[in-house]
Amino acid sequence: MIPTHWYFVVSVAMLACGVAGLLLRRNFITVLMSVELILNAANLNFVAFARQLGDLTGQVFPVFVITIAAAEAAIGLGIIVQLARLKATVALDSVKEMRG
Amino acid sequence: MDFLVAHFAQLVFVFLAAVSLAGALGVVLLRQPVHAALSLLASFLGVAGLFVLAHGEFLAAVQVLVYAGGVMVLFLFVIMFVNVRAAHKEQQYLRPLVPGAVVGSLLFAALALGAVWALGGRAGAQPGALTAVEGEQLGNTEAVAWLLYRDYLLPFEVVSVLLLVAMVGAIVLGAKKREGERA
Amino acid sequence: MDALFALILLAPLAGAVSNGLIGNRHGWSKRVTTTVALAGSGLAMLAAFAAIARWLAATKGHEAWVVTLFSWIPPLPGHTVGGFLAPFSVDFSLRLDALSAVMVFFVTFVGFLIHVYSVGYMQGESERGYARYFAYLNLFMFAMLTLVLGANLLVLFVGWEGVGLCSYLLIGYYFTQDWCAAAGKKAFVVNRIGDFGFLLAIFLAYKVFGTVDFGAIAAAIEADPGAYAGYLNAIGLLLFVGAVGKSAQLPLYVWLPDAMAGPTPVSALIHAATMVTAGVYMVARANVVYRHAPEAMLVVAVVGGLTAVFAATIGLAQNDIKKVLAYSTVSQLGYMFLGAGAGAFGAAIFHVFTHAFFKACLFLGSGSVIHALGGEQDMRRMGGLRRVMPTTYWTFLVATLALAGIPVFSGFFSKDEILGRVFAAGVGDLHGYGKVYLVLWVLGVVGAFLTAFYMFRAVHLTFSGSFRGDEATWHHVHESPGVMVWPLRILGVGSVVVGFVGVGKAASFGADINFFEHFLHPVAPAVELAHHPSLATEWVLILLSVSVAGLGIYLATRFYTGPQAMAVPQRIATNFPRLYRLVANKYYVDEIYDAAVVKPLAKTSYFAWKGVDTVGIDGSINALAFFTEIAGDFLRFLQTGNVRNYALWVLAGAAFVATWLLL
Repeated sequence: MIPTHWYFVVSVAMLACGVAGLLLRRNFITVLMSVELILNAANLNFVAFARQLGDLTGQVFPVFVITIAAAEAAIGLGIIVQLARLKATVALDSVKEMRG
Repeated sequence: MDFLVAHFAQLVFVFLAAVSLAGALGVVLLRQPVHAALSLLASFLGVAGLFVLAHGEFLAAVQVLVYAGGVMVLFLFVIMFVNVRAAHKEQQYLRPLVPGAVVGSLLFAALALGAVWALGGRAGAQPGALTAVEGEQLGNTEAVAWLLYRDYLLPFEVVSVLLLVAMVGAIVLGAKKREGERA
Repeated sequence: MDALFALILLAPLAGAVSNGLIGNRHGWSKRVTTTVALAGSGLAMLAAFAAIARWLAATKGHEAWVVTLFSWIPPLPGHTVGGFLAPFSVDFSLRLDALSAVMVFFVTFVGFLIHVYSVGYMQGESERGYARYFAYLNLFMFAMLTLVLGANLLVLFVGWEGVGLCSYLLIGYYFTQDWCAAAGKKAFVVNRIGDFGFLLAIFLAYKVFGTVDFGAIAAAIEADPGAYAGYLNAIGLLLFVGAVGKSAQLPLYVWLPDAMAGPTPVSALIHAATMVTAGVYMVARANVVYRHAPEAMLVVAVVGGLTAVFAATIGLAQNDIKKVLAYSTVSQLGYMFLGAGAGAFGAAIFHVFTHAFFKACLFLGSGSVIHALGGEQDMRRMGGLRRVMPTTYWTFLVATLALAGIPVFSGFFSKDEILGRVFAAGVGDLHGYGKVYLVLWVLGVVGAFLTAFYMFRAVHLTFSGSFRGDEATWHHVHESPGVMVWPLRILGVGSVVVGFVGVGKAASFGADINFFEHFLHPVAPAVELAHHPSLATEWVLILLSVSVAGLGIYLATRFYTGPQAMAVPQRIATNFPRLYRLVANKYYVDEIYDAAVVKPLAKTSYFAWKGVDTVGIDGSINALAFFTEIAGDFLRFLQTGNVRNYALWVLAGAAFVATWLLL
């Protein structure tokens, strides 16, 4: 059968990609997408452990995570829209007003 | 042929994992945001497949419906909306690679090592456990439903309120300015 | 009944508060101030008389009445001190027994008279100053009454501190003059030194007895004196330290002469009749302690005796009339402590009683003179006032005769009682220190001579002969107005009459009519002696002290009146210049204190200020701020404003936590 640590490795790899994308991408939207990647990795983790332990709680929690991720994406994109209206750009580096 | 049959599940797993990881990498590496979004979509579908493999059918369905169907559509909308105006000024490049790569790799290494060390090569439990409700085999969706609406009712309701809040927030954020009103 | 007691305290307090808050700040007419002030002290007097009358009727003076006004420090369960004592609790209770009745009686009576006198004396002040004066005076009455009526050490201490405060306020009444303000400070600071001893005594008493209530402590000691053996001496000595400060004995007397900077009625009330006698009251109150603490009692007697003579010698060479009276007060207080130290607590309180009348009369009389002369206090510029100020003269003379201890006048009975008891203690070998008491008796007699001499010197310099001041002042001299003269008359009569309540055995030719002693017996009985001097011996003693006083009067009259006036004193001054200067400069005690105590203290304070506080403490705080600024300068570089940078930091932190949790 499929050993649990295979799932785990995949999950971590996705996490790493997500983190890298979070740090490396300059476009605000792509950064948000990387955050979704991270959340997905967490979900995969949950499900893997649910599978191993035979406990369905591990499948209920991702439901909540997905819900919250959706909400967060909505708000984040709303902020991006506002930012675009204000600055006519979505580059992260252009938001420097809090420099101190 | 025997090899295929004997290790069918694992092969499927490898395939789906590859799809997911390829999609993930695409998000990081692809320059155009639309490409990255589509890559992310592929990754989501791969993950959905992995969910099915792990006997989480309901979750796979949710993943496709909400993530692939809702969130990605939203992303694409906004990308179109914003980037059409932003034109081609965006230069995506990976110059400050080092810190991110270092941090990411460290994370990956630490966690992966930890995982392998902690879990060894344990196999999964019986799938029956994941589809049963109090002894009866009812299927994964019903089982999850029982858990969601009975044991985790309160978080469920709270998350519903959160969704409402997010909806209101998104509307406020997205609204156009009226005459004489500050942003 | 409680209401009556509360009224005794609250009437003057209310007067003080009204005059202080409204009269002093907002300002109202002198008439209103006078009414409020006289009401405050008058009501206290009437309430006191009523309370005493009721108490006498109910108990005939044999029991104590304890009235609890409110629960001050309630007992909290579980709050023990030292593990083996009961939870600490104190009530604000007042105690009316023979001792406090006597004190309350003359404090309110003399206090009221002095309030009346002050109405005349302080007329020259502004409305606000007038109100301020009476506010302080009423406040003093409140504090003093709390002191004498207190049923436990803590309530007494409240009053003790309160009178110290009012003394400071009143001495420094003319605070715009530096030397007056300084005198007020000196009084307060020196008092404080004594208060430190007093506090230690209270702590020790609580530790030993588990209570600070007088009745409880007395009962505990009576039940088993041996159990507290060493402690009683310590408590007695510490209490006496407090008395030394408050009652101006050696070595803490230095504030009293300086206190003459305050208005004269203040000197009369506070520094003659009431506040300074608080120490004697306290010793008498604690007589149970002292009679089982022989060494402490001896110290009391020795200090008292030495002070009596020491202060009297200084009084010989003073030229300011108030200073003469001040040193006289110090000296007489010494006599009171001498008596208490010989076990004659009743006699000591009796002297307090008579002293209140004649000393207040003397001070008020001197105030009358000063007022008439427009502020002159130097006796060298007085003289011949007898003809123009007859009432002042006669009352002053009567009071002086009382002070000198001439028979029939009150001072004779009280001073003689003390000297007789000291002699008896010497002969009866009290606690085995008989020889010391005999020496002290000799000192007492010497002091009596000096007292008579310097007081009559003052009388003659002021009232006899011819006026030595300038013409303009002489034209102004007049007898003081009625409001000032009537208290003088009353006190003068008192100086004669009050002595008769305490006529000793010898003076009464064997009859046992010493009402005062009997009255105080339940509360402050005299120490029993093994042998008593015979009646004949006592007559000899009386004769001796009276003749010694008479000698003093005669010499003073010879030296300071008539055609040869001032001749002998001048010759003494020129032939013994150094001795004269030594005495005239009060043995340079103030200068010694200044060099030995004040200056080192000032230097240490200065160092503590400049060195420790400014450099050390401020410096360390400033350094802390400085380093915080530097740290901030470094940390500023984190605030790049770049979102991705922040994201990096967040992830770095997350990685750290994750790694830490895994390991």
